[in-house]
Amino acid sequence: MLHLLFLVPILPFCGFVVLALFGRWFDRRQVAAIGVGSIGLSALFALLVGFDFVIAPPAGDHFSQSLWTWINVGGFSPHIAFYLDSLSVIMILVVTVVGFLIHVYSAEYMEDEPDGYARFFACMNLFVGSMLTLVLADNLLLLYLGWEGVGLCSYLLIGFWYTDPANGRAARKAFIVTRIGDTALLVGLLLLFTKLGTLQIQPLMQLASERWVVGSSITVAAAGLLLGGALGKSAQLPLQTWLPDAMAGPTPVSALIHAATMVTAGVYLIARMNVLFTLSPVIQTTVAAVGAGTLILAGFSALTQRDIKRVLAYSTISQIGYMFLAVGVGAWSAAMFHFMTHAFFKALLFMAAGVIILGLHHEQDMFKMGGLRKQTPLVFWTFLAGSLSLAALPLVTAGFYSKDAILAGAWASDAGGRWLWAAGLGGALLTGLYTFRMVFLTFFGQVQTPFHLKPGLRLLLPLVVLAFLSIVAGFLDLPRTLGNQPWFSDFVHTSLPETKEIAGSVERNLQIVASLASIGGILLAYYFFLREPGFVRRLMMTPLGAALHRFWFVGWGFDWAYDNLIVGTYVRLARANRADVFDLPMRGIALINQAGHIVLSRTETGRLRWYATSVAFGAIVAVGIVVFVT
Amino acid sequence: MNAVYYISSVVAVVATVAAVTGLNAVHSLLYLIVSFLAVALIFFTLGAPVIAALEVIIYAGAIIVLFIFVVMILNLGDVAVEQEKRWTVGKMWVGPALLALVLMAELVYVLFQQTVHHLPGAGPIQPQDLGATLFGPYMLGVELASMVLLAGLVGAYHLGRRRQPDETAQERQEPVDAGARR
Amino acid sequence: MASIPMEQGLLLAGVLFAIGLTGVLVRRNIIFVLLSLEVMLNAAGLAFIVAGYRWGQPDGQVLFLFVLTMAAAEVSVGLALVLQLHRVFKTLDVDVASRMRG
Repeated sequence: MLHLLFLVPILPFCGFVVLALFGRWFDRRQVAAIGVGSIGLSALFALLVGFDFVIAPPAGDHFSQSLWTWINVGGFSPHIAFYLDSLSVIMILVVTVVGFLIHVYSAEYMEDEPDGYARFFACMNLFVGSMLTLVLADNLLLLYLGWEGVGLCSYLLIGFWYTDPANGRAARKAFIVTRIGDTALLVGLLLLFTKLGTLQIQPLMQLASERWVVGSSITVAAAGLLLGGALGKSAQLPLQTWLPDAMAGPTPVSALIHAATMVTAGVYLIARMNVLFTLSPVIQTTVAAVGAGTLILAGFSALTQRDIKRVLAYSTISQIGYMFLAVGVGAWSAAMFHFMTHAFFKALLFMAAGVIILGLHHEQDMFKMGGLRKQTPLVFWTFLAGSLSLAALPLVTAGFYSKDAILAGAWASDAGGRWLWAAGLGGALLTGLYTFRMVFLTFFGQVQTPFHLKPGLRLLLPLVVLAFLSIVAGFLDLPRTLGNQPWFSDFVHTSLPETKEIAGSVERNLQIVASLASIGGILLAYYFFLREPGFVRRLMMTPLGAALHRFWFVGWGFDWAYDNLIVGTYVRLARANRADVFDLPMRGIALINQAGHIVLSRTETGRLRWYATSVAFGAIVAVGIVVFVT
Repeated sequence: MNAVYYISSVVAVVATVAAVTGLNAVHSLLYLIVSFLAVALIFFTLGAPVIAALEVIIYAGAIIVLFIFVVMILNLGDVAVEQEKRWTVGKMWVGPALLALVLMAELVYVLFQQTVHHLPGAGPIQPQDLGATLFGPYMLGVELASMVLLAGLVGAYHLGRRRQPDETAQERQEPVDAGARR
Repeated sequence: MASIPMEQGLLLAGVLFAIGLTGVLVRRNIIFVLLSLEVMLNAAGLAFIVAGYRWGQPDGQVLFLFVLTMAAAEVSVGLALVLQLHRVFKTLDVDVASRMRG
């Protein structure tokens, strides 16, 4: 079965090619069949391959498949080759399965669009295909191809409704901001190739651990540059600003970007290059610190948003922050576990929010929603399941188990573990608070806008499946204190380093504290937003509260700061240079040439005798040089 | 024989000056013939009798005759002499003469910088030597010379023939010498 | 058979060349320009002969023959141009034909 691996990334590409070339001649049913079917088949093959991999692990716990030589020049010969180990098995399973559910959902969600149906599915297929290339790539060049493909598709999809200039701006912002990170990644790749002579990931890791000592400057540079790429793609500090604006795209796109693809690429990259990051503890600590900082900042911002999709966007940034925290402290399996559960519940939340938005005539302001619990019970219950998982309700939700693993890993870390743990805990409280603020504002209280949609099967089925997964996926990895069945961790540890253990009693205490934090968050949300909404309103009336609210609402002013510090400075510089000082030398050359032209054209009198005189004069000079000089 | 050389030299220089400065084209050409004949004599004294003969036949003969034909075709009369007077004022000679003098000075300087002076001539060159060399190592040159002559022939024919009216549409029409050539 | 030092022969060639050059530079009448050109060519040929005489080699005379050929071709084309010039501009003034002004 493993040899069918190549079909997993190829099928979405086939779907893309067919839809991009012939999409205009298909009707909507055919487009949907091709677009959804290609991902469905891909998911099916991913499941077969994954099943085979788990049941009968190949020798060395990895399997690679080389399709053809991509480039062969001067000893540099990257292949189009796929590398499958437990890390990529998890990635492809999540990407294809969640991607498939999102495609099914999109088939109905996008049905009312006047045009671009085929374009939408072509881009979505390309998106999934690029992500699969990224996670399966055997060498960093192929990974970079997938990486850029994902960036391109995010641009195309965020700007899907291109007639509105604001959407185009958001798409450009996403593209440019991630590009800053991509450049760092590319420089990192080139550095690795120059120093180690290969881009194949496994030999590269081998060579790096053999040749480089821990903490040497070269490892710091290489890991730092790779981290730069990861920060851009995963929307972490300080490159997180593009993600909230990426909500300009259709909701399924947001679900795909946030849950299955794109933003998790950074986490995957760090996990994939774990040897390099282990070799440079400074950078790894930076990763953890960035993750901790991001999850807190994004949590506060999520708390103040009015737009339901922006809440989810900030929550994504925050949850990716958890994953960064996990990889930063070396809790690799916890990071991957959280990646998986997050993919389930975040896709679920986005798609449920999408149904609501569709039902309220594209109303996204939560303060204009309310009371939807009665109107769409199924959406309410699935949304609730996702929210509980996001808020990490103890014992019964998947989010609890993954977040708990991360917090335990943070506690165990040597590099400021207590602080990181505290940040994670604060984040857990915040998560409960903003998640249930969203739930209460949307589904409880007074009915503000009537819900008019009767969602079809294709909208609801993915919700139900994902709600189910959001609850039960946690039982794949039961910690020692609760059943001690770490199937998932054991599986991940075949390709990633082991996580540091902590004492059982400590872990139990940590779990209790974390549970209290998340339940406390939910209860606080209940108190603030359902029981006593006046309290929050009064709080916001105070000058400090209002200022803080504003500050958080605009995402801690990062956009403002970038606009003023970077864009503003650039614009001022450009304005100062309006006369184009730097062009002066070039224009000078042109002017000198022009002057020379004028002078020389004066000598072209057209008169024979003048020419003869010139020749004679030249002869005199030439003979003179020969006679008197040499 | 040396006396012949020196006298011929003086004649050549004087005749050439007269030819170049003359106002009447026919007079100038006659002076030029004198100059060429003097040079032919010099060739003879320098042991090149064949070349001397060719100088007389081709330079003094054919080429000058060609000039004279053209001058007669153009039918230049006293008007042309008057025109020449206007065209060649005295001070016009200063600059070019200076240039030529500088060039001369350079040549003289080079000549008398030589370490060995007064080398006598190595002797006359027999015509058969000339022929053997011409059709030996210089065979290719002879072929090329024939090509040059052919090109000259074709070029002269093409340039010299009267254009058809449609060909000369963009040129100023009706030459004054039309009657002269009829 | 004279015994002329090479310098004197070359000096004569140089003088004739300079006179020809002056003529080319000064005269406006194209016939005189061509005539002066002939003088220059002849002077160059004289230099070849002198050199051949000095070394006792026939090569100098061979090259004179080539110069002669070239002069013949040149003068035939040149005089054809004179005819054209006169036909078009109705004058022999070379300065009139200055269409190639830059």
